[in-house]
Amino acid sequence: MHEELVGVRYLIRRLGFFVLTLWAAMTLNFFIPRMMPGSPEEALRQRLSKGGAVVTPEQLRTVLAEFGFDPDKNIFLQYGEYLRSMVTGHWGVSIGSSLGVPVTTLIGDALPWTLGLVGLSTVLAFVLGTLIGTVAGWRRGGLIDGIVPPVFIVTSALPYFWVALLLISLFAIGNNPVLPNDFNYDQSLTPGFTGEFIWSVIKHGILPAGTILITAVGGWILTMRNNMVTTLAEDYVRMARAKGIPGRRIMFGYAGRNAFLPNLSGFAMSLGFVISGTILVEYVFNYPGLGYMFYNATVSTDYPLLQALFLLVTLAVLICVLLCDFAVFLLDPRARTKG
Amino acid sequence: MSAIVAGTAAPTPSVTRRPRGGLLRAILRNRKAMVGAALLLLFILLAAFPQLFTPGLHGDPRAIGDVPLAKPSGEHWLGTTGLGQDVYAELIYSTRESLVIAVVAGLGATILSVIIGVSAAYLGGFADDGLSMLTDIFLVLPTFPLIIVLATYAGKGNLTVIIIVLILTGWSYGARQMRAQALSLRNRDFLESARVRGERSSYIIVVEVLPTMISLIVANFLGAALYSVLTAAGLQFLGLGDPNSLSWGTMLYWAQNQGALVNGLPAWALSPGLAVALLGVSFALLNYAFDEISNPALRPVRRRRAKS
Repeated sequence: MHEELVGVRYLIRRLGFFVLTLWAAMTLNFFIPRMMPGSPEEALRQRLSKGGAVVTPEQLRTVLAEFGFDPDKNIFLQYGEYLRSMVTGHWGVSIGSSLGVPVTTLIGDALPWTLGLVGLSTVLAFVLGTLIGTVAGWRRGGLIDGIVPPVFIVTSALPYFWVALLLISLFAIGNNPVLPNDFNYDQSLTPGFTGEFIWSVIKHGILPAGTILITAVGGWILTMRNNMVTTLAEDYVRMARAKGIPGRRIMFGYAGRNAFLPNLSGFAMSLGFVISGTILVEYVFNYPGLGYMFYNATVSTDYPLLQALFLLVTLAVLICVLLCDFAVFLLDPRARTKG
Repeated sequence: MSAIVAGTAAPTPSVTRRPRGGLLRAILRNRKAMVGAALLLLFILLAAFPQLFTPGLHGDPRAIGDVPLAKPSGEHWLGTTGLGQDVYAELIYSTRESLVIAVVAGLGATILSVIIGVSAAYLGGFADDGLSMLTDIFLVLPTFPLIIVLATYAGKGNLTVIIIVLILTGWSYGARQMRAQALSLRNRDFLESARVRGERSSYIIVVEVLPTMISLIVANFLGAALYSVLTAAGLQFLGLGDPNSLSWGTMLYWAQNQGALVNGLPAWALSPGLAVALLGVSFALLNYAFDEISNPALRPVRRRRAKS
C-alpha cells in the first residue's frame, strides 16, 4: 500500500515536470522571435515582392493576419491565443519557402524520414554501445577493453558534420562513387512499395545513418563500460561468483542489469545531442527530414514552422525522458522507494 | 560525460589517499592525460603565436591570391580557397577564435553551474525545488535547436552572442552534478565545525565547499569546453556565425558553400573539421583521464585485479 502511494506521487511529479517543461518551451517559442530583430512582416514583404508583385501595407497586413500575426494586438492576448492554438494543434501555416502550406502537413511529410533514419540509427547505436560496453567492462583489461576506451573517446568527440563530410569524400565522391550523398531516394523513381524504390531509400540512408552511428555509439560504450566496472566490484557480484553461477549469467543478469540503469536515464538526456546531430547530418546530406526543415525554416525566418518544430522536438525528448523514467521505475525497486 | 566513471587497467598509484602530492604524478603516468594535454598545449601555442607556424605568410592570412581552388602543393600546403586564400594559413590563424570560444564559454557555463548547483544544495527547501526544476527544464530542452533559433534572431555572427548562448544552454548538466555533490557534503563534520565557529555562509561555500569540489569542477569545465567547441563549429558551419571571422567553423561554411568536396579539394573541406575534432579529442581525453584519476570507485576494482 505504502509503495503504491509513493508510486502515485512519483508519477504525478513526473507528469507535472512534463507539463511545466512543455509550457516553458512554448513560452520561449513565443517570446524569443518577438524580442529579436528581424520582423516576419519585413521577411514576408521581401519574399512576396521577389515574385514580382507589388504589395501594399494593407494587403500585407491581411496576409499576416491570416497567418496569425497581429502586431497591433496586445502581446498578452496574442500569448493566450498562441497557447490555446498550440495545445489544440492549430499550428498555423508556413510563411517561408512553402508559403501557405499548413505546418502540420509539412511536418507530416518530413517526420517519417527522420523517424526512420534517426530513430533507427540512434536505437541501434544505443543497443550496440551497451552490448560492447558490457563485454568490454566484463573482460576488464582484456583485448577489447584495451582498444575500446581510447578509440571511442576519440569518436565521441568528433563533430557530426565532419564525420558526414569524411564519409562523403570516402564513398560518394571521386571516380567511382559507391553510395549517394544527396536526398532520401532516387528522384527518378516514383515512391511505392517496389523493390527498386526500397533499395534506393536504403542506399540513401546508409551514409547519414553511419554518421550518426559512428558519433553516437562511443558515449554509450564508455558509460556502459565504466558502469560495468563499478558494478562488478559490488559484493553481490562476488557472491554470485562464489555461488558458482555461470559467467554469462553474472555478466547480463547481475552486473549488466544494474549497470544498464544509469545508461537508460542517460539515453533520454542525450537525445538533445542526437537532435543537434540530426540537424547537421540532414543538412550535409540534404536529407528532407525534420532537421533539414528546421534549418530551412531558420534561413527563411518561418516563425510558425520554427515554433512547431521546436515544440515537437521538445515533446519528443520529454516523452522519451518519461518513458525512460518509467522503465527505470519498473526495473529498479530502489527508485520506487525513494519517491 | 558519465557520472560514474572508473579507470583503465593502467597501473596508477593510489592517488585517492594523497590527492595533492600524487595528483601531478598521476597525470604524468596517465597516457590519456598526457596525449590530451600535449594536444591542448599545441593548440594554445597555435593560438598564441600563429605567425611561428606560417613562415611563408606575409600579412593577412585571408589575403586573396591569384590561384583559386588549387590542390595542395609545396606553396599552398593545403591548397587554396575559391578566392585563392591559403587554406593552411587560415587554418592556423583560426585556432585563436575557436580556442577562445571553447575556454570562455566553458568557463562561463561552469561558473553558472557551480553557482546554481551549489546554492540549490546549500539553500535547500523551496529554493532548491525551484532551482532543481529550472535545471531539469534546461537539461531537457533541446539546446541545439534553441541555439539556432537564438543565434538567428539575435543577429548572426556576433561572437559575444554565440558565447552567451553557449553558456545559457550549456550549464544545466553540470549544475545537476554540482548539486548532487554539494548535497553529499552538506552534513560533513568540517562544514559543521565551520558553522559552529560562526562563519558566514559565503565564507563556508567559497573556502570550505568549493575546494573539495575542485575535481568535479575541472571535469565539468572540460565537458563544457568540449560541448562549446562542437556546438560553435556546428553553428558556424550552418552559416550562423560571422562569415568574415577566422574560425574553423566559418572555414567549413565556406568550404561547403564553394563546393570544396565536389571540386576535388578534400584537404580544404576536411582539415578545419579535423582541427575541431582534435581540439574536442584533447578535451575529451583530459576529461576521461581526470575521471580515472579522481574517482575513488577505482580502488575495489584494483584490488580485484590484484587478486586474480
